[in-house]
Amino acid sequence: MTKPPIALSLTDVTKVYPGVVALERVNLSLTGGEIVGLIGENGAGKSTLMKVLGGTIAPNAGTITVDGHDHAALTPREANDLGIAFVHQELNTFGNLDVAGNILLGREIVSAPFGTLDQAAMVRTVRPILDVLGAKFAPEDSAADLSLADQQILEVAKALSMKARLVIFDEPTSSLTVSETARLLGVMRQLRDDGVAVLFISHRLAEIEEVADRVVVLRDGKNAGDLPRADISKPRMVELMIGRNIGRDASRIAPSGTAPVLEFCAVSTTAYPSSKVDLTLYGGEILGLAGLVGAGRSELARVAFGIDPRNGGEVRVSGITLAPDSVASAIAAGLCLVPENRKEEGLILDFAVRENISLPNLGRLRRGWFVDRPAERDLGTASRDRLGIKTATLDGAVASLSGGNQQKVVLAKWLAMSPKVIIMDEPTRGIDVGAKREVYALMRALADTGVGILMISSDMEEVIGISDRVAVMSAGRVAGILDHDVISEPNILRLAVG
Amino acid sequence: MQKKDIGLAVLVLTVAAVVAALNPRFLSPINLANTANLIGLFGLFSIAEAFVIVTAGIELSVGSVIALLGVLFVDMIVNQGVPWPIATVLVMVLGAVIGLLHGLLVTKMKLQPFVVTLCGLLIYRGIARFYTADGTAGFSFGDSFPWLEWVISGRTSGVPHSIVAFGVVAVASWFLLHRTVFGRHLFAVGKNEEAARFAGINTTRVIILAYVICSVLTGLSAVFFAMYTRSIHPASHGSFYELYAIAAAVLGGFSLRGGEGSIVGVVLGVILLQVLQNLVNLLGIPSSLNFAVMGGVILIGVIADTQFARYRTAKRQAAALASLNAGRAEPSGG
Repeated sequence: MTKPPIALSLTDVTKVYPGVVALERVNLSLTGGEIVGLIGENGAGKSTLMKVLGGTIAPNAGTITVDGHDHAALTPREANDLGIAFVHQELNTFGNLDVAGNILLGREIVSAPFGTLDQAAMVRTVRPILDVLGAKFAPEDSAADLSLADQQILEVAKALSMKARLVIFDEPTSSLTVSETARLLGVMRQLRDDGVAVLFISHRLAEIEEVADRVVVLRDGKNAGDLPRADISKPRMVELMIGRNIGRDASRIAPSGTAPVLEFCAVSTTAYPSSKVDLTLYGGEILGLAGLVGAGRSELARVAFGIDPRNGGEVRVSGITLAPDSVASAIAAGLCLVPENRKEEGLILDFAVRENISLPNLGRLRRGWFVDRPAERDLGTASRDRLGIKTATLDGAVASLSGGNQQKVVLAKWLAMSPKVIIMDEPTRGIDVGAKREVYALMRALADTGVGILMISSDMEEVIGISDRVAVMSAGRVAGILDHDVISEPNILRLAVG
Repeated sequence: MQKKDIGLAVLVLTVAAVVAALNPRFLSPINLANTANLIGLFGLFSIAEAFVIVTAGIELSVGSVIALLGVLFVDMIVNQGVPWPIATVLVMVLGAVIGLLHGLLVTKMKLQPFVVTLCGLLIYRGIARFYTADGTAGFSFGDSFPWLEWVISGRTSGVPHSIVAFGVVAVASWFLLHRTVFGRHLFAVGKNEEAARFAGINTTRVIILAYVICSVLTGLSAVFFAMYTRSIHPASHGSFYELYAIAAAVLGGFSLRGGEGSIVGVVLGVILLQVLQNLVNLLGIPSSLNFAVMGGVILIGVIADTQFARYRTAKRQAAALASLNAGRAEPSGG
């Protein structure tokens, strides 16, 4: 690298959105020639921090110091000029261009006198960079034909062509195979040895353990701790990310003798048309539904609720067979779904808190054609008090609430209709620890009143800590069901990987 | 009344005051009555359009439907001897059929509203011209429908019946959009169709009904326009009215992304557009500049609105930061 190594530090960087503190006095330093792992749970502030470095978000407070110069905020242009480059999880490859065209996008080499593209010169420029990276593709190849790993290496090549001094990898391995991952980790090491600073963001702690020289942990928008090379270990990282140990109450007796409230009989989804799911949820229990991402859990929930068409089989709620493809029939039978994507599916963000809560309940909260506004307001007030929703006013847009309070609003709209079964898809994703505990307590309280809860979760601690039983899905089918006394991480994983 | 509506009302009054000051004829009974008549006529289909826009859709065939249904209405009462109340009902039923068709294409076939209604714009205009052999549909000398003329284009103590009809439709629409369960569902579907589905709302039905309401009101508007112009050149009758309607709705705070807007706003939008037309006439501005004046005012209005929204967001952010600095670790509790 021709430029001197980067020396970058963030001091007390804070970013506040209405109702949410995304980053609070976060510190981070990066120097050339090291690989820093950045970890944290969803919503810990990793992506916001990345956007601050990339110049797409301006922090409200704090300093960004690069090579001894202080900045209150960077612009994307400045970040670029300072040599900060990204390899994103979602790739920005242009399939309609060749590799050279992708790498030099926006910095194309042109020839006189008409400013036409100088293809030969572009290929000449790109080839040595690809050689350095050991890429198995040529500058002339069409980018559309590259594998995901090669597309990622293409992004790295793009960064190098811009003389990057800091390359930020955002979950680059999430869709790569084992050998592809090994290649990409090799590229990171090579960058480090060339004096480039590498910031590696990943949920895959084994990879972090393998490659990182130092680990920075974020939790709830704050620094949760730094680990030098010698201290990097999976348990230590997990401990810092979670900040607590979820114990499980092994003495809890799973309720028995209650009636089934939700039955799947040979249900198949369009995602896994040949897999049939049989599963029974009893009143008063929390049944955890574990499995790897893509095992077909959310698809099953969407089919049960009537959002997606059912491929086959039958869903019964308290003995009532649900019409396929009808959310209204599911709701009428007493089934409700707290969806995975709160902001897209669970809430109408610009609607008031009160309006969000009343939306599925308007069938009752009406006088003839009209919305019964006093009743609507009463429901809002009652829900706020019951669930402890922290909001200045019921008339404010739900968008201004924090993630945890938003999730409580989603719960409130369903609790108002006294459901028999609640399917919760990732119920605590992106909400902070305190709110998580409140949601867990609420789930348990509901179960104790006889409601059946099917909890889809990828958070192992949550599955183990909360569930009465755990069903594990793999490739669209139920691979096994663990009773209360045999719930453990190894048992779940063994079933999940098929 | 929303803050936006108050701002718009102030703008309407300001423009009216300026026109009145510069040319007192603005306040003459005859000018006021004529302007009111036009407000009524243009208002009916502007409210119609608002029902579709609030679902994040768009209805581009309004002008063509006014031409086609207008031609059919005149033909029915003049040539086919259909009694006018029945003809009026038939025209509105035809409107319902057109709206149903558009709604089905948008929801069941998953076509984009812009494309569906653009095709409607072309098709209905073409049929209207073919039906009259590119001639004119109108009343012959001596044709007389005294009752119809009094009901549709008459005046009661100087107040044109068109604006009375507009007022009735506006009040009914206000209740429908802002006070009924269906209205709440319209806003929900327009703002976030996916979340509305997750709340158990039959979004398909809601969207189809929006198009039906729009086209039925457009049918009613077609009758008023047929009686206003008394002769219909299907090649030009109602041309660009859909754009006029969209302009009024946007001025009235409706977002083309759906889920926003108020009936009070669209009523004020219609009034503002007509007062601006009147301004052009009364102040001796060349009438060729008519559209330019309208376009300019809409643009300024929309810019002012977005700037105001940005200002409010910035203020909210600053408040959140201030409360953080005041020492509260978690301002919202989370």
